[in-house]
Amino acid sequence: MATAAIPTGMKWWNGGRSPFNASYGKVMMWYFLMSDAFTFGAFLISYGTIRFSVNYWPDPNQVFNAFPGFGHQDLPLAFVSLMTFILIASSVTMVLAVHEGHHMNRKGVEKYMLMTIVGGLAFLACQAWEWTHLLTGEHISLMENGTLAAIPTTVSGNPWGAAVPHEAMLAALQKTPHDQLVSIAGSLHHAGGAHHDMSKMADGELINMIRAANVHVTLPGPRAFGGYFFGITGFHGFHVFSGVVINVIMYLKAKWGHFDQRGHYEMIEKTGLYWHFVDLVWVFVFLCFYLI
Amino acid sequence: MSEHTLTSPEVSFAAKPSSGTKRIWNVFWLLSFITVIELVLGFGLAKHWYGSAGMILFIKGVICILSLAKAYYIVSVFMHLGDEIRNFIMTIVVPLLLFIWFIAAFLWDGNSWKVLRNTDAGSRTEQKATPAAKPEGAKD
Repeated sequence: MATAAIPTGMKWWNGGRSPFNASYGKVMMWYFLMSDAFTFGAFLISYGTIRFSVNYWPDPNQVFNAFPGFGHQDLPLAFVSLMTFILIASSVTMVLAVHEGHHMNRKGVEKYMLMTIVGGLAFLACQAWEWTHLLTGEHISLMENGTLAAIPTTVSGNPWGAAVPHEAMLAALQKTPHDQLVSIAGSLHHAGGAHHDMSKMADGELINMIRAANVHVTLPGPRAFGGYFFGITGFHGFHVFSGVVINVIMYLKAKWGHFDQRGHYEMIEKTGLYWHFVDLVWVFVFLCFYLI
Repeated sequence: MSEHTLTSPEVSFAAKPSSGTKRIWNVFWLLSFITVIELVLGFGLAKHWYGSAGMILFIKGVICILSLAKAYYIVSVFMHLGDEIRNFIMTIVVPLLLFIWFIAAFLWDGNSWKVLRNTDAGSRTEQKATPAAKPEGAKD
């Protein structure tokens, strides 16, 4: 980008001008984002601390391996790649909107703001699907009381512990009460819709059915996992949501000609700073939760 | 002063906006390319391509550095921080250096808790609790 030469002997601190050559609003947006970076950083470092303090941590590729429409196929990283590219693409449209704003091109700003808003909504939709998938998708775990249960990933528990040997699984099946057997068998055949019949089946039959399904049983995972995952991705998702709301407001203000009256599109720049920050945070959420 | 409108009376000069969008697209392709490399390396972690624990740690380190590179390009080009004057850049970047201490100290602390727990606070030699033998969820 072309830079204007700074006049020699410029007295930056004599008052009347910004020593940073930036408007108050833009400077404060930067400092807000810096403080927000510390908030996110503290969350992620707390997550890292707990992860370093335990002997076992779930493998992200086991937890996040689903893709809408692909059922139970093992597709690690696929869905989160889609989310990442959606966010990168919406970042580009945002910076293009800022670019059009520099050239006072209202139509261009409107076009790229709309595309950015669509990108943000697409990302939120992806996150809603992923949360739903984790909160409702049950996996069979060997619980502390020695029984088996089908449990989803929530803030109070998750099935992402170490694998349980086959013999231990068989022993636990014998101790598992009827209602838990029904729910396990139901989780194996949730497409079948035969749940009502299963509750009337004898335990022996249910056990045979579960054994025949060749189920993969794990211990419950570290309890902190769900809290950190939903807490941090939720906090990021909230930023995306508020970013979309701000983008919509800025789109409308551009459309109504407010920035043309004002003579500049600096509000689009400030909105852009916030939106890019959201993308920046995702780089690190993606790194800490999905990649490593 | 350029023909470009000043956004605020206290702003002394406005950089002439770039005419093209070539730089933006270059950064977009660069970010995409880095992300693809990260995904390939991450896919290798998922498929257990890297044998030793040391190698896995090295690959994770490479992925972290690639993420920092992405962060640099987003902040510098997309957020135009690289076009601000130097003093302003420093007021943003220098406080963030605290993260170096922050990350090192807390991860070290987390690891220390693990060692203390595995050795009953140092009263016996380290016995790495096998995850299969002890439900980790009970404690955490």
